[in-house]
Amino acid sequence: MAVIKRETLPAHGASPAGPIGPSGTDYLTTRLETMVAWARRNSLWPFPFATACCGIEFMSVAAPHYDVSRFGSEVIRFSPRQADLLIVAGTVTDKLAPVLRKIYEQMPEPKWVISMGVCASSGGFYRAYHVTQGIDEIIPVDIYVPGCPPTPEQLIYAIMRLQEEIASGKKSRDSRSAKAAAEQPA
Amino acid sequence: MTVAEAPVLSGPAEKLAARLAGSPLSGRASVAERDLPTVEVEPADWPETARFLRDDPECRYDLFLDLFGVDNLKRRGQRTRFEAIAHLHSLSRGERVRVRIPLPDPEKPSIPTVTGVYPAADWFEREMYDMYGFDVPGHPNLHRLLCHDAFVGHALRKDYAPGQRWFYAEEDFRMPDWARETDERAGHFETQTISIGPSHPATHGIIHIIARLDGERIVRAETMIGYLHRCFEKMSETHHWNGVIPYTDRLNYVSAMINGVGYVRTVEKMLGIEIPERGRLVRTILSEFSRIMDHCVCIGANLVDIGALTNFTYLYQNRENIYDLIEACCGARLTVSYVRVGGLAIDVPDDFVPRCRKLLDSIPGFLDDVEKLVTNNRIVRNRLAGTGVVSREQAIAWGLTGPMLRASGVPYDVRRARPYDFYDKFDWDVPIATTGDNFGRYLVRMEEMRQSLKIIRQALEIFPARGPVNSDDWHVVLPPKDAVYHDMESLIYHFKLVMEGIRVPVGERYEWIEGANGELGFHAISIGRGGPYRLRVRPPCFPSMAAFEKIIVGGTVSDAVATLGTLNIIAGELDR
Repeated sequence: MAVIKRETLPAHGASPAGPIGPSGTDYLTTRLETMVAWARRNSLWPFPFATACCGIEFMSVAAPHYDVSRFGSEVIRFSPRQADLLIVAGTVTDKLAPVLRKIYEQMPEPKWVISMGVCASSGGFYRAYHVTQGIDEIIPVDIYVPGCPPTPEQLIYAIMRLQEEIASGKKSRDSRSAKAAAEQPA
Repeated sequence: MTVAEAPVLSGPAEKLAARLAGSPLSGRASVAERDLPTVEVEPADWPETARFLRDDPECRYDLFLDLFGVDNLKRRGQRTRFEAIAHLHSLSRGERVRVRIPLPDPEKPSIPTVTGVYPAADWFEREMYDMYGFDVPGHPNLHRLLCHDAFVGHALRKDYAPGQRWFYAEEDFRMPDWARETDERAGHFETQTISIGPSHPATHGIIHIIARLDGERIVRAETMIGYLHRCFEKMSETHHWNGVIPYTDRLNYVSAMINGVGYVRTVEKMLGIEIPERGRLVRTILSEFSRIMDHCVCIGANLVDIGALTNFTYLYQNRENIYDLIEACCGARLTVSYVRVGGLAIDVPDDFVPRCRKLLDSIPGFLDDVEKLVTNNRIVRNRLAGTGVVSREQAIAWGLTGPMLRASGVPYDVRRARPYDFYDKFDWDVPIATTGDNFGRYLVRMEEMRQSLKIIRQALEIFPARGPVNSDDWHVVLPPKDAVYHDMESLIYHFKLVMEGIRVPVGERYEWIEGANGELGFHAISIGRGGPYRLRVRPPCFPSMAAFEKIIVGGTVSDAVATLGTLNIIAGELDR
């Protein structure tokens, strides 16, 4: 497991190409995966699949008061092809399920999914004839956020947890893709 | 029930009965007096009755509000298994009527269309077809509306299990017939058909528009909804009266409080109870704050769609500030579940009034900022003025209410037309615009926020510092916890209410209030159980969305985006 030591991190605001390192030297030593994970975790571009009430709380997270840009996630993309974090905010119905599936498939790897709210996680209190009982029926989920709707703090916590897992290499997704490719019949 | 069983009529019902007796419908339509004057006709006479009720100079029920089905399978004393119920309103006379249409054939229920009389009936009839399987001969586009296209059966029938789902795949999607044909003409570019949504930044939630474009102009469009159909009406049938309240919050989740107030008012009227002044004032104050929140999101999101990003942050800050107040009252920010039948869940905090006053001071500043940035901004004017025009006649024919109707020059506001709570005691105005375009709707909403502030200010002046917020009818309201622990009787009331629910007298009732989007009505049917037998919600943005495909024809795609923003579609309320 690669953990970037504080002294090996680039100085704030400096780019890897510029003078970095503790004493103004122009190199740093780290592992490639660590560097990539560091970049990925701090630039999660969310695609808000906002269907219902949770979408309004997602707006709160994006608005100045909670300001998700503090976590590098303010670049909200409405095209799945430009996003790497799918936030499913709200109830997904059976009518919508194929749409969600398609959007997930359109996102480039590596990609992560946060299921925001109980409806997306389990169908919530809609045990009903038209409601998908959790989006994990159709797509893989990395983080489940309970609440109806979750508070903005909860969603921010979910993003932070995801960042931790990406940094630690657990959720790099490369391993999952490799495994899936290996399992495919030639 | 027929006239013979209820011979004593008075007021509007008596006048209506006399008018019908002298008409060609004499002998075929009977009038009864319920909470509303109720006309009962056979299905074959329904279009003629509708035409009469709309055109007769002494009826003039010009606004078509609602049409929905009822399944009487488990209800005693009804003549037929299925019936349809319509609500009509007369804008000129301020009165309304209910039309009951019992459908005699339980195997193949059928009701002729009234889209020729009331264009607004279009989607309501499709919904009946979807939910109850009523055939609607003559309907121009009879397909499922809310449930997906691979759905089997009719979900709101009483013999349909609430949890029965059906598998739906992408191939099952029904493309409208007209969209599958190409439209080629000599010497003309071929038109193209595009799909806007279901997941599109401008659709605010999940709405699907199939549009045929000629260049950049839309020549034909059809809106697909139901992507957020969460089965509110079926779910409410499986819960106690109080258990429905969390579901109502998730109808229009942008102004959740108003839905709850509308719902519990219906139940309270059925029970015949009044709640104390303090409780009603809390409901009024929080409803008006919710209206401000709703308009803030509507305007903010609309401006984002047309490129004015800054305003959203100003307007959204109001929401955050109001959330603080609501969170202090009930512990939740968005979906409040604060009202209960007979009052409120808990009393407001001690600093309720100072908190409200602080908000009254802060909100106008944000509104002023937005007005300065936007109202005379040339780009905004070019985008909004003259686009998405709805004339007065169209607005009425399409059954629009709320800011949509008022922006087309009709000063109909439920709070003024049929004041509830304290709205008749306050001094406030109903803002209207005469242009009927997107800019008119923007102006109406801005002014409504200021009027809401005015209402709240007056409500705070008469707000009693102390006193109960709940009714003391322990058959309805949970007794205080302290009493439950210490006296047997209260414990029994508590047990009965929690286990069995409130016993609402047998009957039905329609109550309506002014939601943020227009008339929000709840039609509840009780058979004396602890929960509703049937609960119909009249969603205000349903007719607006039905009209959308007509409004945008002839305009450009970018106008359609601006128009969708000013309609203020809330998918939870639209699809239920």
